[in-house]
Amino acid sequence: MHEWALAEAVIKAASEIAEREGLKQVTRVTIRVGELQQVERAVLEFALSQLKTARFKNAKFDVETEKARLRCRVCGHTWVFCEKNLDQATLEAIHFVPEIAHAYVKCPNCASPDFEIEQGRGVWLQTVRGVK
Amino acid sequence: MADPRISIIDERMKEIDAIIAVSSGKGGVGKSLIASTLALSLAQKGYSVGLFDLDFTSPSTHAILGIGDERPTEKKGIVPPRVHGLKYMSITYYSHDLATPLRGADVSNALVELFSTTRWGKLSYLVLDMPPGIGDATLDAVRFIKNIEFLIVTTPSRLAFETVKKLVTLLRALRVSVLGVVENMRMNGSKTIQQETQKLGLKFLEEIPYDSMVEAAIGDPDMLLQTALADKVKHLCSTILETRASIRPEGQRGRKRKA
Repeated sequence: MHEWALAEAVIKAASEIAEREGLKQVTRVTIRVGELQQVERAVLEFALSQLKTARFKNAKFDVETEKARLRCRVCGHTWVFCEKNLDQATLEAIHFVPEIAHAYVKCPNCASPDFEIEQGRGVWLQTVRGVK
Repeated sequence: MADPRISIIDERMKEIDAIIAVSSGKGGVGKSLIASTLALSLAQKGYSVGLFDLDFTSPSTHAILGIGDERPTEKKGIVPPRVHGLKYMSITYYSHDLATPLRGADVSNALVELFSTTRWGKLSYLVLDMPPGIGDATLDAVRFIKNIEFLIVTTPSRLAFETVKKLVTLLRALRVSVLGVVENMRMNGSKTIQQETQKLGLKFLEEIPYDSMVEAAIGDPDMLLQTALADKVKHLCSTILETRASIRPEGQRGRKRKA
């Protein structure tokens, strides 16, 4: 239910944007979630539907997952994050703190843990559209 | 594109009366021991206290507290478990004893994630064990926590105090409140640090002699609270409480949020 905390953050941030832009009704919110967050999309969408305020009554929430791409800072190798190689406890740890990946994931080419998460981390509010 | 997690951090901290960051310019001055002992002392006095280890790459408070199988629970976020009377949060719940090499952006991201998802609930005090220096964690803690106050730890070494000066300069530039300076691991009666602290216009809060018994108390909070270091930290704790009469221990009526 960590998704609930993120959904609360999305509603609060989208409300602030709507307020700033004078949107009386929000019609569409696009959220990009990094794959490393290991967020259950259905749970996040359910939490958003439960938490939405009157301003979001007719809003559609689009949740996009961004694939995680990693690049080794030692040898330059790039690869995509693959959860199949990790056990459930590790995936759960990464779900709560995505940066924990640095404790468990190594470069498949040189085994270095010093890699950059080029994409696929964090939660981003991409667009908030609505009616003024 | 906005990071929505940042918008909810205030909400997560709103039921905490006071947030004290135990910080220093250098490592190895005893921040984690003082942060842990301070948190335990506040809890012993009946306050509701949280301790959050923000030293993500070199955490140590879990070892000081000797935590066992305690883990956070999930309830619309992460709820820290109670450890020796403290609501205790550390990245080690997830990294265990593995090395977790993090660069600046990773530290910031992990910090935003945990600030935005950890549900502390009502607390009189949240003690933050900071990593040394004026890097990402310090800058982010100041950026995201409105009521943060710093307690600065140094040793008698002028080398340690040189870095304290830089920390104080930064905190002043950011208009952050500094409670004062604690001199730890004193080996003689020198007043240099006290004088230097006063020159900076800061309160010299406590002098703690080097305590060879502390090492044996690591992992055993009851024993830790009986050390000479703990006696000094309890005195420090009373000094801090004197300036915060509006914050009451749990069970006493009329707890008020600090203005």
